Amino acid sequence: MAAMLDYDRLTEDEKLEHFMERINRGEKIEADDWMPDDYRISLIRLISMHGISEIMGALPEKEWVPKAPSLHRKLAIMAKVQDEMGHGQLLLRVAEDLMAPLGKNREDIMQDLFSGKLKFHNVFHMSAPTWGDAGMIAWLVDGAAIISQSMMLDSSYGPYARALKRICAEEVFHAQHGESIILAMAEGTPEQRDMLQDSLNRWWTSLIMFFGPKSAKETGNSNADKNIMYKIRAKTNEELRQEFFTKYIPRIWSLGLTIPDETIRFDEQTQMWIYKDVDWNEFKQIVTGNGPESHNRLDLRRRSYDNNAWVRDALAAKRAI
Amino acid sequence: MTTPSEKGALIELLYQLADDDFILAYRGSEWLGLAPHIEEDVAFSSINQDMMGHANLYYRLLEQLGEGKADEIAHLRAPSKFRNAVLLEEVNGPGTYLEKPDYDWAFAVVRNYFYSVHKQIRLDSLRHSDFEPLAEAARKIMTEQYYHLMHWELWFKQLVTSTDEAKSRMNAAIEKVWRDFGGVLTLGPAYAEMVKANFIDDENVLKQRWMKRIEAVFNETGLPFSGEPRMERGNGRKGEHTPDLTQALATLSEVYATNPQTGW
Repeated sequence: MAAMLDYDRLTEDEKLEHFMERINRGEKIEADDWMPDDYRISLIRLISMHGISEIMGALPEKEWVPKAPSLHRKLAIMAKVQDEMGHGQLLLRVAEDLMAPLGKNREDIMQDLFSGKLKFHNVFHMSAPTWGDAGMIAWLVDGAAIISQSMMLDSSYGPYARALKRICAEEVFHAQHGESIILAMAEGTPEQRDMLQDSLNRWWTSLIMFFGPKSAKETGNSNADKNIMYKIRAKTNEELRQEFFTKYIPRIWSLGLTIPDETIRFDEQTQMWIYKDVDWNEFKQIVTGNGPESHNRLDLRRRSYDNNAWVRDALAAKRAI
Repeated sequence: MTTPSEKGALIELLYQLADDDFILAYRGSEWLGLAPHIEEDVAFSSINQDMMGHANLYYRLLEQLGEGKADEIAHLRAPSKFRNAVLLEEVNGPGTYLEKPDYDWAFAVVRNYFYSVHKQIRLDSLRHSDFEPLAEAARKIMTEQYYHLMHWELWFKQLVTSTDEAKSRMNAAIEKVWRDFGGVLTLGPAYAEMVKANFIDDENVLKQRWMKRIEAVFNETGLPFSGEPRMERGNGRKGEHTPDLTQALATLSEVYATNPQTGW
């Protein structure tokens, strides 16, 4: 309370200075603390995008829930997709608290998703036509997510850091579930191995894109830089991508799979992976809702939202009593 | 295990229990990402996962009784070998789970609630079953089932007492479910043998318990109670099914059936 009273007497510049001092000391900012609008808006953009990506990310995997090829796999993928929904819910709650002072709520998040204003991760715009894709998503997409989320475990925004702690712990199980599917297929029939290689070919570009462009040059904005300044995140997109390569390329090779980039190699001198860059215009097209499955998946969400309007009305009427 | 006819009746019973949960969990999993709100998506997918786990427990018991590998039993039987009630195989609404699903939440709530009440009553009987592995499975399942029932009862009561639109949609769903719920309440042709061997209580006793419980909820919420539910589209316990089951099984076994011998 004393801190809040102090804040009331400060000018905007002094508040900002004090806020940045707190962040630089490594203190955690909480939902009700004073924060500059710029910080709040950066967090809302990041966390609502992350939350809605978890929710949209359930849709490609959902395609494989009933088709999972054994009772054990059915149970495992059901558990995984349920976790993803839970992560989405947890993150939207964090975003909602940040949006409340702006007079916005869950309804705004959903409407922004439907209008295309709120984007979701590039990987969830892609099609997943075989069971190999279900394995690849769990192994490498979740593996990539662990790498990009782990660097925010110490995020300056306390509620996000705490949510990520739980999310990362569960993602580790998902990656293991994915790895187990991949291993079973890699040790299986020639058809299973072909299915796996096809799937890797399909996902490789998306995985490179997952971490985002190298610098503001490719996108024309500097959200990543700003988030580093605010200590919301700790590493650049390229640093994360390199970590992903270091962790997963040897594993992919050890399974006897071929990475669909003949130029990829580790450069001893720079201690960096050299790889074929992707077309970032294509990335932009995908995340702005023009990927192969963007329309279908958004349509599923929108359709269920419309079909269930009567349920939300019925619940609102009960609350009003 | 005593006589062959008792064993036959036990196997029939286990198929009913397994297939009911297996097919309804599948129908529930089709709802994933389409529930009325995100919190419900989390809860409903948890319930479906539990139910798939219950089916798995029963399939494992069948495996131990020499019916074949659990995965084969679940994925490779012909539709006529399935013993689930017809109501539980019915599609969630127009469209498929991948394209244009115009699913009906009122139907989902009524079907799951009525089934959950019956499942609770059935488990209450099974936990005293003379077939100890089944009694043990029932006791285990009950710890989860308790929350499922609570979940669906809350939905049911909220929606039947809310807006006019909700009431009318729920009434239509109740009528629809009533036409076939008799198929859930029956134990099929081998029922006398099941009861004689003390695997489960008499189906009439179970049915009366279900009707009493549902009638009380109807009275409490001002719904008219219309007597015994019917079994209009066939007896799933005898292997009578609709094309909805054939479609469901084709989806459930799509990958497994490409090569049941290999590891997945």
